[in-house]
Amino acid sequence: MAVTVSIPTILRTHTGGEKSVEAKGGTVADVIEDLESRHSGLSARLITNGSLHRFVNIYVDDEDVRFAGGLQAPVGENSSVTILPAVAGGMR
Amino acid sequence: MIRADLAREIVAHARRDHPDEACGVIAGPDGSDRAERLVPMLNAARSPTFYEFDSGDLLALYRDMDSRDEVPVVIYHSHTATEAYPSRTDISFASEPEAHYVLVSTREAGSHEFRSFRIVDGVVTEEQVEVVETYMFAHTGADAVPDGDIPDQS
Repeated sequence: MAVTVSIPTILRTHTGGEKSVEAKGGTVADVIEDLESRHSGLSARLITNGSLHRFVNIYVDDEDVRFAGGLQAPVGENSSVTILPAVAGGMR
Repeated sequence: MIRADLAREIVAHARRDHPDEACGVIAGPDGSDRAERLVPMLNAARSPTFYEFDSGDLLALYRDMDSRDEVPVVIYHSHTATEAYPSRTDISFASEPEAHYVLVSTREAGSHEFRSFRIVDGVVTEEQVEVVETYMFAHTGADAVPDGDIPDQS
């Protein structure tokens, strides 16, 4: 069962320009691993040292996975996954 | 190039939230590079030294822009004690290579800096800000008002 993953502009270099791609997996980590098998380099843009990169938000449906189990957050059969870069900064 | 009313709104938002950093976007039609719809965002960090769009608000914003076939043409925020130039943190987070990153400094009470940058792969390039009354005649320059002439609203 495939889920749809929405890819932000900055990561579309890894998906041949596609805005959304299909992937399989029961957790966010599985989905990323599956994506990496076809879109090389994507995983490194999302995960550092086994945890989700500070600069990236991943949502399963409407839920930010940081508040839903992180990379182990479950992905249901009819879920959609959205990847967005965090919009943040500061004076330092 | 930015419409004067939008530039004024950005400055007013920055003043209103001072001493915390203010942030938001101006969305515009995909591929147009024309900033049209200003969306002030809450600074979830509520901090004088850091800003971050709330993650739920961010998702709602992008879904809304997608449904309108828009992109973030301008991403703005304020610096409240330092110059309007991207910090190391700004650069490390910047991830919309097509966007104009507008910075406003509100460190001086009576005046402000209003500057715009591209941030691509960690490289900052300042760009000239042209303030116009309307985009309609922008190519002729007929409706242009002088650069940097954005009156403070107080």
